[in-house]
Amino acid sequence: MNVGALARRLGLFVVVIWAAASFNFIVPRLAPGRDPIQQRLGQMAAQGGYQQQGIDAMVKAYQARFGLDQPLWKQYLSYLGDIARLDFGTSIALFPTKVSDLIIHALPWTIGLLLMSTLLAFTIGTLLGALMAWPRSPRLFQYLVAPLMTLSAVPYYLLGLILVYVFGVIVKVFPISGGYSTGAVPNLSMAFAWDIVKHSILPALSIVLAGVGFWAMGMRAMMVTVEGEGYMLLADAHGLKPRTIFFQYGMRNAILPQFTALALSLGYIVSGSILVEVIFTYPGIGSVLYRAISGADFFVIYGVVFMIVVAIGLATLLIDLVYPLLDPRITYERT
Amino acid sequence: MASLSAFWRYGRRNPKLLGGLLLILVIVLIGLVGRFFVNLDDARPISAMPEMSPTWEHPFGTDGVGRDLFTVMVAAIPLALEVGLLAGAVGLGIGTILGFIAGYKGGMADNIIRGVVDTLLTVPGLVVLITITASIKSVLSVEVMALVVASLAWMWPTRTIRSQVLTMRERAYVKMAKLNGLSTMEIIWQELLPNLLPYLGASYVGAVSSAILASIGLEALGLGPQNEPTIGMTIYWAIANTSLIRGIWWWWLPPILFVIMLFIGLFMISAGLDEVANPRLRRTV
Repeated sequence: MNVGALARRLGLFVVVIWAAASFNFIVPRLAPGRDPIQQRLGQMAAQGGYQQQGIDAMVKAYQARFGLDQPLWKQYLSYLGDIARLDFGTSIALFPTKVSDLIIHALPWTIGLLLMSTLLAFTIGTLLGALMAWPRSPRLFQYLVAPLMTLSAVPYYLLGLILVYVFGVIVKVFPISGGYSTGAVPNLSMAFAWDIVKHSILPALSIVLAGVGFWAMGMRAMMVTVEGEGYMLLADAHGLKPRTIFFQYGMRNAILPQFTALALSLGYIVSGSILVEVIFTYPGIGSVLYRAISGADFFVIYGVVFMIVVAIGLATLLIDLVYPLLDPRITYERT
Repeated sequence: MASLSAFWRYGRRNPKLLGGLLLILVIVLIGLVGRFFVNLDDARPISAMPEMSPTWEHPFGTDGVGRDLFTVMVAAIPLALEVGLLAGAVGLGIGTILGFIAGYKGGMADNIIRGVVDTLLTVPGLVVLITITASIKSVLSVEVMALVVASLAWMWPTRTIRSQVLTMRERAYVKMAKLNGLSTMEIIWQELLPNLLPYLGASYVGAVSSAILASIGLEALGLGPQNEPTIGMTIYWAIANTSLIRGIWWWWLPPILFVIMLFIGLFMISAGLDEVANPRLRRTV
């Protein structure tokens, strides 16, 4: 990759990050009526009570932070400076917890759950999709097309709701809420690890079920086009084993777009499956965001959203950098 | 009548389109005809005893604050469709205009539009929508919701329509029209748009479907219009009131079934329209 293309790509990444930060700065100021953050703080101050002390400190911190007496451009610059240092301010509901601490505690749960279920869905779905397009596979796979298409059309969190009901109410096999048993102390023992796995099975299952259809449909479409290629016929004429043709000639050539999509969805694992986490009260980013929304905790909302945009921007940047290594046909020369 | 039977004959060759249309028709009819059989005021809180299981009087039971859930569904279906159709239309409209400018005029305009679209496509739509709706929650109505969703629904149409226009621009019939002295607008209206119609139709269904998906997702997070009985809001309250583990299945099951029917219907229509727009697909399936 030449230097100019690399610089352009990096520039695009910086622009996305800057735009996301500016977006968070502008949106509360464009909202109709008063600035929603101030409105919320005023509301809490009016409620008074034992929290009064904290609220006053928060209002002061908020005003100092944005320097509300300063001209707008100065506010903007100091805001950008804070963001560059990953300082998103403090939570309103859980004052004085810092937003970055909330994110850091929730992130491992979300990444663990989503990484596992995305990779599972990818592997199962891709294999199923290839088999569905393969003329020599058993007829059984033909019948899978319709149900898998249906699954890919259904929003993933609805499957979660149905799973909660089936496994939480009818057959009580797996725990349906939380990341680990209440009362259990997080430690490094096998028992605790097993506890975490048990709690992740149902949320993971609902993500996997919804994802398999998507991956299978993509792979099936690619596999159909690959089967029409001359080299497949030639491999057959050479008398190669069907197994070899299927994996090394068919799947290997069809799988590249799948890898692109996989890399993209790995970027999305940080954002998690917000509603799945909410349904299973899983202690990840999605639940943090959900609680922040219902508590009108704006600093947390903006912080989490910014973090997700950055993570996904990073993932797409990495894909673009790695892609020429995977597929030698792609270069970033100027055409 | 003749056209109806012709449609029926075509539908038998394209069962996906027919099945999808029938499914959506059933849902629309429940929304449109249903309102003549229920009193829409029952969709408000405290119109019945809370948490009653289904009876003849309340076919889907009632929720935790005494809304009649059948009435809620009847009232919610048109709202969901309204958000989808409106947001889809705005998104596809902007996408078509920008796609034509970028694809047909090319040059500087193309570079700018392509740059903006490629940048915005790397931004996760749902979380941006969460930021916006959370900030303007107090003034959200169904129409505002549609516009917010539409603000991120135009990039895909722009990109795909641009590439379609790029290939069409070089066709012989367009060159012929140019040689005949047609102006750019005339070529676009008389030559390009009619040929793109099936494609635009398929894109529209796709745009409507993803707009409804986004709006129900936002509503289920508690970020929908606060005073309207929407499908997503019903799911939100059902989750918030732990109806799942308390076994109040009639609270969450109907909205879920409607959403699933809606998406499968839209998906089938869009797959069916793809076959109309792209005859080559007919043999591969």
